[in-house]
Amino acid sequence: MSDTMISIRNLYKIFGPNPKKAMEAVAAGVGKDELLEKNGHVLGLNNINLDMKRNELQVVMGLSGSGKSTLIRHINRLIEPTAGEMIIDGDNVLAMDQKSLRELRRHKISMVFQRFALLPHRSVIDNVGYGLQIQNVGKKEIKERSERWIERVGLAGYEDYYPAKLSGGMQQRVGLARALTTDAEILLMDEAFSALDPLIRTEMQDILLDLQEEIQKTIVFITHDLDEALRIGDTIAILKDGMIIQNDDPQNILMQPADEYVADFMKDINRARVLRVRAIMEPIDPEADGPEMHGSTTLEQALQIFAEHSTDHAVIVNKRKEKVGKLTIEDLIRGMKRPTLQEIRDANDQQVA
Amino acid sequence: MDFFSEFPALSRRDNSALRRFIDNGFRDFSREYGEALENFFDPLLQFLIAFEQLLLATPWPIVILVIAGLTWAGGRSMAITVGAILSFLVIGYLGMWENTMSTLAIISVATLICIAIGIPIGILMARSDRAQGMITPVLDVMQTIPSFVYLIPVVMLLGIGKVPGMIAVCIYAVPPIIRLTNLGIRLVDREVLEAADAFGSSTYQRLMDVQIPLALPNIFAGVNQTIMMALSMVVIASMIGVKGLGIPVLQAISNQYLALGLMNGLAIVALAIIFDRVTQRFGKRLQKHQEQSH
Ligand SMILES: Nc1ncnc2c1ncn2[C@@H]1O[C@H](COP(=O)(O)OP(=O)(O)OP(=O)(O)O)[C@@H](O)[C@H]1O
Ligand SMILES: [Mg+2]
Repeated sequence: MSDTMISIRNLYKIFGPNPKKAMEAVAAGVGKDELLEKNGHVLGLNNINLDMKRNELQVVMGLSGSGKSTLIRHINRLIEPTAGEMIIDGDNVLAMDQKSLRELRRHKISMVFQRFALLPHRSVIDNVGYGLQIQNVGKKEIKERSERWIERVGLAGYEDYYPAKLSGGMQQRVGLARALTTDAEILLMDEAFSALDPLIRTEMQDILLDLQEEIQKTIVFITHDLDEALRIGDTIAILKDGMIIQNDDPQNILMQPADEYVADFMKDINRARVLRVRAIMEPIDPEADGPEMHGSTTLEQALQIFAEHSTDHAVIVNKRKEKVGKLTIEDLIRGMKRPTLQEIRDANDQQVA
Repeated sequence: MDFFSEFPALSRRDNSALRRFIDNGFRDFSREYGEALENFFDPLLQFLIAFEQLLLATPWPIVILVIAGLTWAGGRSMAITVGAILSFLVIGYLGMWENTMSTLAIISVATLICIAIGIPIGILMARSDRAQGMITPVLDVMQTIPSFVYLIPVVMLLGIGKVPGMIAVCIYAVPPIIRLTNLGIRLVDREVLEAADAFGSSTYQRLMDVQIPLALPNIFAGVNQTIMMALSMVVIASMIGVKGLGIPVLQAISNQYLALGLMNGLAIVALAIIFDRVTQRFGKRLQKHQEQSH
C-alpha cells in the first residue's frame, strides 16, 4: 500500500465556452487576470500538483475565488478538468466510466458541504443513512450503522427530527455523520465549518480531530480561515489564483513562508500559540540541561515553563522521552518574530540556488 | 394607392381553396386514422364509463361518506369536511346528483391523465434546456388558443362523445402541471443535488430521492391548478357530448332558464372550492417539515 492516497498531476480547469483553446494560452504562460480580460475565460485551476498522504488531514486554504471548491470537486469528479491527472489509491479517476465513478463515490469518497446540503424532507436518521440507501444496503443494516454514527457525533435522541428543526451546528453533525456512515476512506470537506458560529466551529473541529484519531481517514479540508487550518491540518496547501504556492507542514509555513503573499496571510497569527518548540529548537548537545519539555509544546507554554523554573534554557524530548534538542530564551524570542520580507527573499534565493 | 387602402389579401377564391385543401387533408387523415385512434382510446373510455357507473351505482350515503373521508385525509380540516358534506347534500336535494357524479368522474379521470402525462413531460423539460425551449411555446399556445377552436379537429377525428371531451379537457388543463413540475425540479437546491451526486446516486435515484420529493410542493400546486382548469372546461366539454353539470347550463343558456343555470353553475363552483381547499392544504402539509422552527 502506497503512502500517497490522492495524487494530482498537472491539473488545469478553465471555465468558459472554449476551454481547450484557452488552454493553449495558459500553457503559453498567460495568467488568471489576463486570460479573463483577453479570452473571456476563467482560470479556475492552474497546473495543480499535489500529493495527499494516506490517513492525513490535508488542508487547502485560500481566499474567496482562489479555486478551493473547484479543486476539491475534482477529487470525486463532480467537475471535469480541462487537463491533468487525478489518481486515487492508484486508480485513474478520469479514465473511469460512469459506473466505476459511481462506485468510487459510493464506497471510497464521501463529502461534507458548506451549507450542509441535507435532504429537508427526511429525518436525521434517514439523512444519515442516505449514502447506504443509494448502495441498496438492507434497511436493518442502514438503521444500525446510522444510529452508531448519530450517537458518535452526539445527536442521539434527535433521530426523528427534521433538519429545519436543528441548529446549524447540529445540522452539520448530521452532514458529518452522513459522510461517515458509508465508511469511505476519503472525506472531502468544503468549508464544512465556515457557516457556523466561532464557538460551535471550535467544537466541531474538536469532534473532527477526535474522530480522526480514532478512525484515521484521508481528509481533505477546505477553509479560508488560517486559525482553523493551523489547528487541524497535518499539511496545509495554500492556493492563490488557482495555483498552489506552498504545501507544507504548518510549522514550516510559519517559519519559512514561500513568498510575501503567504507571509502576509500569517501576519495576524498569534505565533506563540501556534508555533511548537520543535520548529525552533537547536540541535542537542551534551551540555544541555534544564527542564524537559515535549516537542509539541507551544512557545507560549514554553515561556511559562521557563518562568516557573526561573531558567533561560530547556531540553526538548520526544514521545519516548529521548532528548532531541535544546531551547534557549533567545530561540524563543527569535521564534516569536515574524520573518521580514528580506529574509523570505533570501531564503527563497537560497532554495533556488 | 390601392395598395395602402386595401390590404393585399389573398383573393376570395384562393382563400377558400386553401381552406378546402386543409380541411380535405385533415378529413382524409381522420378517415384513415380515426378508427385506429378510437381503438387506441377505447380502454380510456371503458375506464371512464366504469368509474362513472361506480359512482352512480353506489348508494349516495356511501358516496358522501367516501368523499368526506377523502376530504378529511387530504385537508385535515373539520370546516372543509363539513362544508363538503353539506354541499353534496344540497346538490342531491336539488336534483343534481347524477350530473355531479358524471362531472366528478370526468374531472377525476382527466386529472389522473394530466398527472400521468404532465409529470414526465415536466421532468423532461427540467432535464434539458432544449426540451424546455421547444415545449414552452406549445404550452403557451395550448393555454391561449380559444378552446372552441381545438374542439373542431378533436371532433373531426373522434366525433362527439366522452373521449373527445376528455381530450379537450386535458389539452386545456395539462399545461400548469407540466410547467410547475419543470419549475419545481429546476428550483431544487444545487448543493443538495451535488450531495446526491457525491454519494454516487444514479440519475434515477437522484430523481426519486431528491428532485421529485423537493419539487413536490410545486408539483402539487400544478395539480391544483390543473383541477381548477378542468372544472372550468365542464360546460364547453358538454357541447361535444360529455354528460354532467355542463349540459343543464347549456340548456339554461339557450332557453334563458335563470334558476337552472345558476344552480348547476353553483354546483360546479362548490366542486371547485372543495377540490381547491383540499389540494391546497395537502400541498401545505407536504412542506410542513421544511419550516424553520426558530
Ligand atoms: N461554473 C463556473 N463557471 C465560471 N467560473 C467559475 C465556475 N465555478 C467557479 N468559477 C470561478 O473559478 C474561480 C474559483 O472558484 P471557486 O468556487 O473554486 O473558489 P473558492 O476558493 O471555493 O471560493 P469561495 O471561498 O468563495 O468558496 C472563481 O474565480 C470563480 O468565479
Ligand atoms: Mg468555495
